[in-house]
Amino acid sequence: MPPPLPRRRAVLGGALLGALALTGCGTFSSRPKVREWNLFGGGDGARLLQIHQQYVAEHPDVAFEAHTLAWGPPFYTKLAMSAAGGRAPEVATLHLSRLKGFSPTTMLDPIPTDLLEAAGIRESDFLPETWNRCVVDGKLYAVPLDQHPFVLYYNTEICQKAGLLGADGKIKPVKGVDAFLEMLTAVKETTGKFAASVETTNPWRMWWTLYGQLEGKFFSDDGSRLELDDAKALEALQLMAKLAADGLVPRSANYPALVAQFTNGDAGLSFNGEWEVTTYQTAKMPFSMAPFPVVYDVPKFAGDAHTFVLPRQSNRNQDDTKATVEYIAWMLKHSAAWAAGGHIPSYQPVVSSQEYLSLKPQAEYRSVAPDVLFDPDAWFSGSGAQLQEEAGAAFSGVFSGQATPQAALAQFKAATQTLLDTPSPV
Amino acid sequence: MAVQTPTRATAGAPTRSARPETGQPWKERWAGLFFVAPFLVLFAVFLLWPTFSGLWNSFFNTSLSGIKGEFLGLQNWREMFNDPAVWSSLRNTLVFTAMSTPPLVVIALVMALLANRKGLLGWLLRFSYFAPFVLPATVVSLIWVWIYQPGFGLVNGLLTAGGFAEIDWLNTENRAMLAVVITTVWWTVGFNFLLYLAALQGIPAQVYEAAAIDGANGRQQLFRITLPLLSRTTGLIVVLQLVASLMIFDQIYLMTDGGPNYATRPIVQYIYQNGFTNYRIGYASAISYLFFVIIVIISVLQFKLFSGRKEARG
Repeated sequence: MPPPLPRRRAVLGGALLGALALTGCGTFSSRPKVREWNLFGGGDGARLLQIHQQYVAEHPDVAFEAHTLAWGPPFYTKLAMSAAGGRAPEVATLHLSRLKGFSPTTMLDPIPTDLLEAAGIRESDFLPETWNRCVVDGKLYAVPLDQHPFVLYYNTEICQKAGLLGADGKIKPVKGVDAFLEMLTAVKETTGKFAASVETTNPWRMWWTLYGQLEGKFFSDDGSRLELDDAKALEALQLMAKLAADGLVPRSANYPALVAQFTNGDAGLSFNGEWEVTTYQTAKMPFSMAPFPVVYDVPKFAGDAHTFVLPRQSNRNQDDTKATVEYIAWMLKHSAAWAAGGHIPSYQPVVSSQEYLSLKPQAEYRSVAPDVLFDPDAWFSGSGAQLQEEAGAAFSGVFSGQATPQAALAQFKAATQTLLDTPSPV
Repeated sequence: MAVQTPTRATAGAPTRSARPETGQPWKERWAGLFFVAPFLVLFAVFLLWPTFSGLWNSFFNTSLSGIKGEFLGLQNWREMFNDPAVWSSLRNTLVFTAMSTPPLVVIALVMALLANRKGLLGWLLRFSYFAPFVLPATVVSLIWVWIYQPGFGLVNGLLTAGGFAEIDWLNTENRAMLAVVITTVWWTVGFNFLLYLAALQGIPAQVYEAAAIDGANGRQQLFRITLPLLSRTTGLIVVLQLVASLMIFDQIYLMTDGGPNYATRPIVQYIYQNGFTNYRIGYASAISYLFFVIIVIISVLQFKLFSGRKEARG
């Protein structure tokens, strides 16, 4: 009989050697690594995969990995925790509206502007208001990739029948509440169901667009007080309630229902962000896009911008950072392919390029870029943050008829005040 | 080796024979510790430490963003007792527990009685009752969100075909919780069913045989033999189910996100929102402790009831 002890040791030793060999495979690589986390799960995510394939093919010298996580709180939770632990990926996407709420001084590393310039990206390549939002305490923390406003999708066949298309086959722009309601009524008569599909369970973008078009204020200039204009806020909510009461939009629809109702022709219009282009193109339906109508006084469209950020790493590697900045520059220069997924590029040389201008319908609403209305500036505000959640809870009742506009507004104001009274955790 | 092996054998022999008098050698006593060490380490790192650091954090305004927290004393606790959202979400959790536990126990029992038979039908019933349980929460939620959809969902299709009005299940304040409960029962009843089935199969056949000889009919056998003999299993299932229902989060987060207007938001989701979406780990810890105390109280009460009944029977 063989003695038991040596054998056990041999097994242990073998296991250790094996483990060493396995970890060795990962660590002894001389290529700089770029790990990217993003939140693009919709039609835009499919485009991103194609662009990344091209990037990988052109950069065999970079160890590149991309991961798509669930949009909204799940993504930001994971990103925040990885950055809080100092072991974040090299680069991640972040909504520009969330930048200040993401505690840039503790959870992000500033972007080395010298490396960015070396990669051929300059401040003058962007709209000044976009660029300025990326700077916190004099340091650049984000590089804008795109802008994504709330837009109007329209089914060209249905709108043709409803007599809404001009001689050029594009939808005739409407202005003012009455013209807006006339247009919706005409579409409803054609579809026999709804005029437009909207996400009633998350009506923030719709309300913020209408309220913005009324030039309503949200916070005082120093951000310490809520200065909502009740009359304007109510006017926007009452219009939303009227749309639902008249059957022009559904009383209840979540995001998948919004997409489905536009795809299957239950609705001839859709009010949504511009990121579902690929979905409707894949469905091979006749549609086009236009800026959301100016229903009230000024052109304003709720929206946001995707940016690249460097989440905080406790052991930042120079080579990895350089490769990462070069990746960001490459993505900006190839953002015409990204624009095909719906978003308006932030990088102006691409915006004026023929490649982008010939994209239909993606270039049809590019004029609204300067009028994109970002979310209010607060730590609890921005895409998928608490303020939008509170708005969804309060305002969805306006569509479903379970809450009056007055009650919904009172609830939303109380919730916002509570958040404002909470000491900022960032 | 050939030389060493016999040496070790002779050296080892006296030690072994001496063991009963001197107690276990240190090597073997330590061996026991080594065997439990992996569990102990995990237990300490993932249960004990978070439990105490959670209590510690509840006195600070600790932030997930890595900004230094300051000592707040009882401020988080005061805020919690004055926060209506804490109490409304706690109420939602208790309502869900009260609505989901009875059907999850009763239906499981009925299904077990039906499936407790031999042959193809028994096999088919056992399989179909348990099948939903193996699905992940995400899949279950996706399926049911489409089933409940107004306009083109299955449930509303059946309702309208039967001449009833459509119900907007997930977006009506007093219907959404019922919808989640129905989904949960469909999804998880299989586990309780399995426990009941195992208990049923543990009842000896001769008990029924003797009862049949004495002239007991099926009804009498069910109420006088089967149900009393299942009572310990029922106690176990009720305890497990109460705790599982109190922890409700997944389905609600995925199906309604706590809506409409927070009508279904459970306390666990409110903790998640505060701790992770809003980075307020300190405040989230305080609420967690409140919830922890409530679960402990309910479990102790349950245990008292359960063991009291056992004594009464014994």
